[in-house]
Amino acid sequence: MSPALRAAAARLAPVAGLLAVVLVFAVATGAPERYLSTNNLRVVFAQTVIVALGAIGMTVVIVSAGIDLAVGSTIALTGVLSAILLREGQPPWAALAAAVLCGGIVGLVNGLVITRLNVIPFIGTLGMLGVARGVAKWVSGQEAVYPPATWINDLAVTIPTPSWLVFAPGVWVAVVLAAVMAFVLRRTVFGRRVFALGSSEAAARACGIATDRLKVQVYALAGLFFGLAGVMQMSRLRLGDPTVAAGTELDVIAAVVIGGGSLNGGEGGVLGSMVGALAMAFLRNGTQQMGWPNYVQEIIIGAIIVGAVAVDQLRHERR
Amino acid sequence: MTRPALRVAGVVKRFGPTLALDGASLDVAEGEVHALIGENGAGKSTLLSILAGLLEADAGTMDVAGGPYRPQTPRDARQAGIALIHQELSLFPHLTVAENVVLGQEPRRRGLFDLDASRGRTREVLEEFGHPEIDPGARLGSLPIAARQVVEICRAVASRARVVLMDEPTSSLQRPDVERLFGLIRRLAASGTAVVYISHFLEETREVSARYTVLRDGRSVATGPLDGTTNDALISAMVGREVRDLYPRREAAKDGAPALAVRDLAAPPAVRSASFAVRPGEVLGVFGLMGAGRTEAIRAVFGLAPGSGTLRVGGRDEPVAGGTPTRRIRQGIGYLSEDRKGEGLALPLSVADNVTLTRLGSCARRGIVDPTRQRREAEAAAATVGVKAASVLQPVRTLSGGNQQKVALARLLHQDADVLLLDEPTRGIDIGSKAQIYEAIAAAAARGKAIVFVSSYLPELLGLCDRIAVMGRGRLSEARPASEWTPESAMQAAVAP
Repeated sequence: MSPALRAAAARLAPVAGLLAVVLVFAVATGAPERYLSTNNLRVVFAQTVIVALGAIGMTVVIVSAGIDLAVGSTIALTGVLSAILLREGQPPWAALAAAVLCGGIVGLVNGLVITRLNVIPFIGTLGMLGVARGVAKWVSGQEAVYPPATWINDLAVTIPTPSWLVFAPGVWVAVVLAAVMAFVLRRTVFGRRVFALGSSEAAARACGIATDRLKVQVYALAGLFFGLAGVMQMSRLRLGDPTVAAGTELDVIAAVVIGGGSLNGGEGGVLGSMVGALAMAFLRNGTQQMGWPNYVQEIIIGAIIVGAVAVDQLRHERR
Repeated sequence: MTRPALRVAGVVKRFGPTLALDGASLDVAEGEVHALIGENGAGKSTLLSILAGLLEADAGTMDVAGGPYRPQTPRDARQAGIALIHQELSLFPHLTVAENVVLGQEPRRRGLFDLDASRGRTREVLEEFGHPEIDPGARLGSLPIAARQVVEICRAVASRARVVLMDEPTSSLQRPDVERLFGLIRRLAASGTAVVYISHFLEETREVSARYTVLRDGRSVATGPLDGTTNDALISAMVGREVRDLYPRREAAKDGAPALAVRDLAAPPAVRSASFAVRPGEVLGVFGLMGAGRTEAIRAVFGLAPGSGTLRVGGRDEPVAGGTPTRRIRQGIGYLSEDRKGEGLALPLSVADNVTLTRLGSCARRGIVDPTRQRREAEAAAATVGVKAASVLQPVRTLSGGNQQKVALARLLHQDADVLLLDEPTRGIDIGSKAQIYEAIAAAAARGKAIVFVSSYLPELLGLCDRIAVMGRGRLSEARPASEWTPESAMQAAVAP
C-alpha cells in the first residue's frame, strides 16, 4: 500500500468505528428512523459540545507529547466565573471572553510549571486539577451560582432558536473551531512544530525550535478551549456549578485517543478527535435508548478505548 | 576435539526496504572465541539480535550444539544456552547482585523466591571467576562499572550458556578493565563455552580471539584464523573496495577570514579547552575517540549544552555561554547530531517535514505552510544528497539508516547554514550512503560552506579534510593540514595524557 493510501486508511479507521456504533444502535433500537432523527441528533450533538471543545485543545496537547488532567476543573472554574460575572451584571460577551481568557491563563500556568519548574505534564496538571477545582469552590462560596437569563443560556440548548440553525449554536461553534484547529495543526508553522516537538523533543530543539516556549503556547491555547467548554457547561446547566465536570478530562483524552492520537506524541488530529467524541456520545445515547443501565455504557466505553488503542498498535507493528 | 557449538548458514533479515542480512554465515566451535567484524551497518548487531531471539530471521538455518535452533523470544534463546552481553550493560541497578545473576531463572522454594539458594549460586559463580570480594547481597548500583561487568558475565555463566555473544563489550572500558575482561573471556572459553566477540578494534580482537568472520552488507565475506591475516586484508574485506575511491577529489580551500572562530571553549568536565577556526570552503576535521569531549564541544558551540569561551561568527564576537540553538541557527550555523534517531530526526514525520523543519518559514506565508512549496523544496534538498525514498511524504522511520542520515544532512542544506557542524555524519550507515555523504560535504564546501567534520574514524578525515585537529581528554590540538597527519600521529595525539 502506498504511504498516502495507508495514511488515508489510518485516518478513516475512527470514522469506520463511528459508523459501526451508529449502525449497531440504529438496528438494535429497532427504530433507525428515531435513532437518526433530527431530534435525536440534536440531543447527541448538544451533549457532545463540551467534550468536543475540550478534545480540540487536548489534541494539540497530546500531539505535543503532553497531557492535561485539569480539564474538568478548568471547566468548573470558568463556568463558575462566567456565571458570577453575569450575576454581577456584566454583559454576556464580557463574561464569555473572561471565561475563555481564564482558561487560557490556567493553561499558561500549566505550561510554565511544566517548563520552568521542570515538572512532568502528568504531575503538573494533576496539581492544577486540585488547584483549579479549589479556586472554583472558593470564588463561588461552595455553592451553585445562578446567573440571569442571557443568550449564553441558549448556546448549548438542544433545540435552538432560531430554528433554522437546526442544531445548537454551540454545535456550530465547535464545528467551525474544529475546522480551524485542524488547519492550524496540519498546515501552519506552529502546527508542524507541535508535531515535531511531539515526535522528538531533542530533534525539535536541535532544529532551533524554542521548545519551552512552544510548550507554554500549547497549554495556553488548549486552556482557551477548556474555558470555552466551561461556558458551554454553564450554558447547559444554566448555572455555575463548582463541582461539575469531575472526570471530564478522561472523556476528553478518550476522544483524542479513539480518534488516533498517541500519548507518545507526534500523532493525532482534530477531526479524528471529533469523531472520537461523537462515537462516545452516540454510544451513550444508544445505550440510554436501549434502556440499558448506566454501568453497561461505562463498561462498553472502557472496552472501546482499549480496543481503539490496541488496533492502532497493530497497525503500527505491521509497518 | 572441537565440536561445533553454533552454526549459522544463509540467514536473511529484511527491515522494510533494507536488507540488513543477506546470507550471513558463522561457525563457532566449543571453547572458541570467534571475532565477528565488519563496518557499522554491516549487520553484526542484527545477527546477534537474531541469535538472542530479539528478532526473527526471514530465512536461513541455525544450529546450536548440533540441534536446530529457531528462537522466537529471548527466553527461547536462554533455554537453548545462548546469552547476549550487550554494548550497554543490561543490568538492573536497583536489584542486588544475586537478583541480577539469577534473573529469569530464579531458584524457587514452594513457589517463593529462594533468597539463600540464589545468593549461594551467585557466590559459587563469583568465586569460580576469581571475584569472591563481590557481595551477592550488594545493590548493583553501588558497584563500580568493572564489577558490574563481572556480574554481567557471571549471569551468562550461571545460566549455563553454551554460547556467549558479546557486542562491543569494551567500548565503555578503560584499558585495565579491558585486560580483566579478556581474562574473563579466556576463562569462559577454557570452560568450553563458545564466545562470539564483536569489536571495532582489530588489535583488541586479535588479543582475545583465534578466528574471525567478516560481515559486509549483511553477507559473510571472509572467515579464517586471525594468525597470518593482516589488518589490511581484514579492512579491505570489511570495506569491499579500495579505500581511495571513497573520497571525492577536492580543491584546497582558499585563505580568508574564518566563518566561525571559537576561542577557549570549555564545558567541564568533558571539554577543558578547545579553540578552532574554520574558513568558508574549508572542511576542518576534528578527530577524537569516544569520550574525548568532541561531541560535548560541538554541542556547547551550538547552544545545546552549557559552556564558556567566546565565538566569532558573522564578524562579531560573543560569549559561548547563553547561546541557544535558535540563536545559532539565526547566525547561520547548522548542526547534525551524532544521535540520528534521538536528536537528528523526528522519525514519525515525513521526509518533507524533517527536511524543512529548521526553516519552515521559507515554505510558508503568514504562518501557513504551502504544502506544494514544502514538497518542492524538500525534494530539491533531498536530491542533492541522494535520498532514496518513494516519496518525500514517506515517514522517515521507514527509510534505511543511510537514507535517514541523508535526510538529516538535507535538513542542514535546506537551512542554508554557512557553517555546518557535523558530528559523526557517517556513523552506522552503509558504504554507498557514506560515499554520497562525502560527496555532499565536498560539494557544500565547494559552494563556500565552512564545515566542521567530527569523527572517530580517521581514514574519512584524512580522505576529506583540509585540516585536522585532534581532541584528547577534553583538549583540542592545533589544527594542521591533513597531509601532515599519519594514523599513528593522530592516534598518539588522541590518547596523549
